[in-house]
Amino acid sequence: MDPENQALIKRIVDEQGTDDMVVLLGAADAEAVEVAAETVRDGDPAYVGPLAGVQLGLPVFHVFEDEVKEQSDAAVYEQQVGFFEMTLDTNEVKEGMKRARGES
Amino acid sequence: MELRGKKVIALGERDGVPGEAIAEVARSAGAEVIEVRTECFV
Repeated sequence: MDPENQALIKRIVDEQGTDDMVVLLGAADAEAVEVAAETVRDGDPAYVGPLAGVQLGLPVFHVFEDEVKEQSDAAVYEQQVGFFEMTLDTNEVKEGMKRARGES
Repeated sequence: MELRGKKVIALGERDGVPGEAIAEVARSAGAEVIEVRTECFV
């Protein structure tokens, strides 16, 4: 995750705390997803950005995951994400999220 | 994890799903979107 987004998340959490905060990702490949998930939970794994050594512990999901899809309006989801579901490798992304959460 | 009532940071990606699309989905689930970004890898 680029340092700008790390700084953004750190600022938001500094101002509002972590209560009820959730990060939703849209990255297209498993590695980017894993790194982003690790960054907002355990800190920047590369130890270069503002979240280096900062364990925010934020819940993080990908917009492709069933947990997000099932809670959203079906028509909105289809309109906003349907195209990307067809053109991107959703299974790879979902597996990346599972690995990031230590589920596989 | 219940999205309704949560504060969502939507981090999209230019080569993936854009932040605004994630935000619309989150809003439709009853979440409050507090930040939207679309990351660009070059």
